[in-house]
Amino acid sequence: MGNTINAVIKKYNGDETRLMDILLDIQTELGYISDWTIEQISKALDIPTVEIIQTLSFYHFFHREPKGKYTIYLNDSVVSNFYGKEEVKKVFEEEAGIKFGQVTPDGLIGLFETACIGMSDQEPAALINEQPFPSLTPEKARKIIKMMKEGKSIEDIKGNKYGEGNNSHYLMRSLVNNNIQERGAVIFSDYTPGDAIKKVVKELSSTDIIEEIKKSYLRGRGGAGFPTGLKWEIARKAQGDIKYIFCNADEGEPGTFKDRVILTELPKLVFEGMIIAGYAVGAKYGILYLRNEYRYMREYLEHVLQEMRDDGLLGKFIGGKKGFDFDIRIQCGAGAYVCGEESALIESAEGKRGEPRDRPPFPVESGYLNRPTVVNNVETFCTAVKIILNGAEWYNRMGTKESRGTKVLSVSGDCERPGIYEVEWGFSVNDILRKAGAKTHEVLAVQVGGPSGSCISEKEFNRILAYEDLATGGSLIIIGKKRNLIKDVVLNFQKFFMEESCGSCVPCRVLTVIYKNIIEKIVRGEGRSSDIENLQKWAVFMKNNRCGLGQTATNPTITAIKNFKFIFEESVKNNSENFYSFNENEAVKEYVEIFNKK
Amino acid sequence: MSTFVKFIIDGKICLSEEGKQLIEAAKENDIYIPTLCNYPGIPPKGSCRICTVLINNRPATACTTKVTENMDIKTSTPELEDFRKAVIELLFSEGNHFCPSCERSGNCELQALAYRYKIAVSRFPYFFPERSVESWHPKLIKDHNRCILCKRCIRGIKNNDGKTIFAYGRRGQYLEINIDPETSKNISDELAEQAMNICPVGAILVKERGFITPIGKRKYDYNIIGSEIENQ
Ligand SMILES: Cc1cc2nc3c(=O)[nH]c(=O)nc-3n(C[C@H](O)[C@H](O)[C@H](O)COP(=O)(O)O)c2cc1C
Ligand code: SF4
Ligand code: SF4
Ligand code: FES
Ligand code: FES
Repeated sequence: MGNTINAVIKKYNGDETRLMDILLDIQTELGYISDWTIEQISKALDIPTVEIIQTLSFYHFFHREPKGKYTIYLNDSVVSNFYGKEEVKKVFEEEAGIKFGQVTPDGLIGLFETACIGMSDQEPAALINEQPFPSLTPEKARKIIKMMKEGKSIEDIKGNKYGEGNNSHYLMRSLVNNNIQERGAVIFSDYTPGDAIKKVVKELSSTDIIEEIKKSYLRGRGGAGFPTGLKWEIARKAQGDIKYIFCNADEGEPGTFKDRVILTELPKLVFEGMIIAGYAVGAKYGILYLRNEYRYMREYLEHVLQEMRDDGLLGKFIGGKKGFDFDIRIQCGAGAYVCGEESALIESAEGKRGEPRDRPPFPVESGYLNRPTVVNNVETFCTAVKIILNGAEWYNRMGTKESRGTKVLSVSGDCERPGIYEVEWGFSVNDILRKAGAKTHEVLAVQVGGPSGSCISEKEFNRILAYEDLATGGSLIIIGKKRNLIKDVVLNFQKFFMEESCGSCVPCRVLTVIYKNIIEKIVRGEGRSSDIENLQKWAVFMKNNRCGLGQTATNPTITAIKNFKFIFEESVKNNSENFYSFNENEAVKEYVEIFNKK
Repeated sequence: MSTFVKFIIDGKICLSEEGKQLIEAAKENDIYIPTLCNYPGIPPKGSCRICTVLINNRPATACTTKVTENMDIKTSTPELEDFRKAVIELLFSEGNHFCPSCERSGNCELQALAYRYKIAVSRFPYFFPERSVESWHPKLIKDHNRCILCKRCIRGIKNNDGKTIFAYGRRGQYLEINIDPETSKNISDELAEQAMNICPVGAILVKERGFITPIGKRKYDYNIIGSEIENQ
């Protein structure tokens, strides 16, 4: 054990900023991270154990107790619940003989729930020993546990019905499907790796690239929509000879899974975008921050990077050009939605808890290891490559005035064709519903942009997906009329934010709990109209949180109340303001037990 | 040579050194901006959010902002004042603050702010969480009931070797402060005292040092928090 720990630490040169990798590798080797292990790491890195625990205990995929030879993380996302998660969960529990949150006494199986794993188009899904098992059914769940008890390997349990495209690549062999329903002209169009790099090497200076990107009006695809050209320009001008390019593949917004598909099918396009950004900004190092849920792709992605190195597209003298050096490493996360926030992502990559930083300074001025750092979304890098290849003018012909080009949408929920749609900006929600085969008269609501976005009703289905109207990071969850909006959707999302708050800001840490509790109370039938008023009133306090998580964490509730007031009013109408859910017998139960014991 | 800049707080023209922390710059101009997680002399980490002000009409925390020329700052709109009240109430709802029996009573910044904002009861539901009191340390007591997770101890206290003693554990509602058994082992009485004093509430106590100041002599017995700045 000690040898394993030392070997891992040596692999990372005893660098404490690589603590995430050290912990991830050690957990892979030893199954979990015991107190003894923490002490060994503490000694080897010469940092206090509390600091290691500070990082370790922040991420929900790290375990300080054994988590089972087979560890099942069942997805607790909204869509997973739509499609029968509870039945699957029940079977897992019955067959394993334990509850979720427990490990079998023989240490064989551990059952856990987890937030959206980016498989909303193939739910219910689970991660088992980091391998995705999409489209689960009670029968499949039963079979899985049976095979575990027989000691079968994960590969055996998976079987060999791998998903389409690169999901079947020998280094991935994943059961995941791409479900690309519509290919557009930018991302999922013809592409030869290296063409953009060749063009850059031959005819473009770093300022040419930035000018072209600026002319294209490309805006970041990670949600905030910041102009990419401007970001690169600021980073280029920032002081410092060492700069970094980060690709944000944390994709944690529930209902979003487009980056997973892009990384599966077009990893070279993503990496090429990072390389070009490096050239434009003057950075020599890139980091792909990959959410832990996508760690099953890692080996495959490493292999792709090696191929690019072998082809002269990565490493030194890229495209044969002297001084054009750039290399990329992959940094895995360990389960924390907030790490998608760019400064939290950087903290995490530095081996710390993923707590967002105060701004200013912005990452472009002072980011990773306090050096100027560009953080862009997976799709943003891909789009930039196509703009460099085809020109800003070509790009500007697509989309709307403020939203040029195309957007890759993740569509899931109650529809016939969930999956990926690359469409020009400017389509209405109705158009997308039609494409996805959702029957409009059966649709109650659409959650646009995930829980941090908004829950809209029929009245707004004619709104346009574009920055000038309904801006979105690209996900639509379709919610049918058969669903219980408050219980199935709002409560799930409020629970999500409560669990994902980093806890630093008071309003975010405390109000996320209060919102979840009040929604739960309404679901129990114990809500009052003043609860609804309070939910609406208190949301203003969230505006002053440090990061986007806290600033949007009450959106699931307030947008649902705004657009579906009648559902909320209906749920509380039988309770007067004098109604208290206080139950005397329940409240004095412990006392009575103790009293009757003697 | 430092340059001086002119800026406006609540309509009043103010002067201070460029790049000074807004909290300090306001103080120099006799304006009090409430703080909790901020502590003079240690790097700020805007976590409590109570010092939120409007800078050119956008919310920002005064402890993490540096003043620049012509900044237009509003510190006390009705919305901001209500927000501050809400932050204090949220903290009272979240933890267990039984002030009358607390060693820090009268010297507690949270309690003093509640008095300043005339808070009798929180508008938010109380959590009454089950939290522990740790007393394993030879010199310190860590009362998790009272901790407001401001990080002042983490940022401000290091041992003789410059090593961290306090650190966060977990996240969200389970966020907590852990004390390192190793790095805190041989701390001096002075450092223990410093840790107690850096804590705005009664969450870090030095053993056998409770209730030393008699009622009437405590910091906020007669003076409202912030009045020392406002009544200059
Ligand atoms: C809580 C939170 C989560 C986020 N998650 C992601 C994410 O998973 N992927 C992403 O690209 N951006 C995410 N963002 C936005 C990033 O902070 C950042 O704006 C983005 O990566 C910048 O890239 P872009 O300009 O290409 O969009 C998140 C922001 C917040 C506040
Ligand atoms: S808003 Fe929430 S998640 Fe963001 S920094 Fe503050 S506490 Fe952390
Ligand atoms: S112990 Fe005191 S100083 Fe440390 S975080 Fe808690 S309240 Fe703040
Ligand atoms: S004092 Fe500024 S955020 Fe706490
Ligand atoms: S008086 Fe406020 S926590 Fe002790």
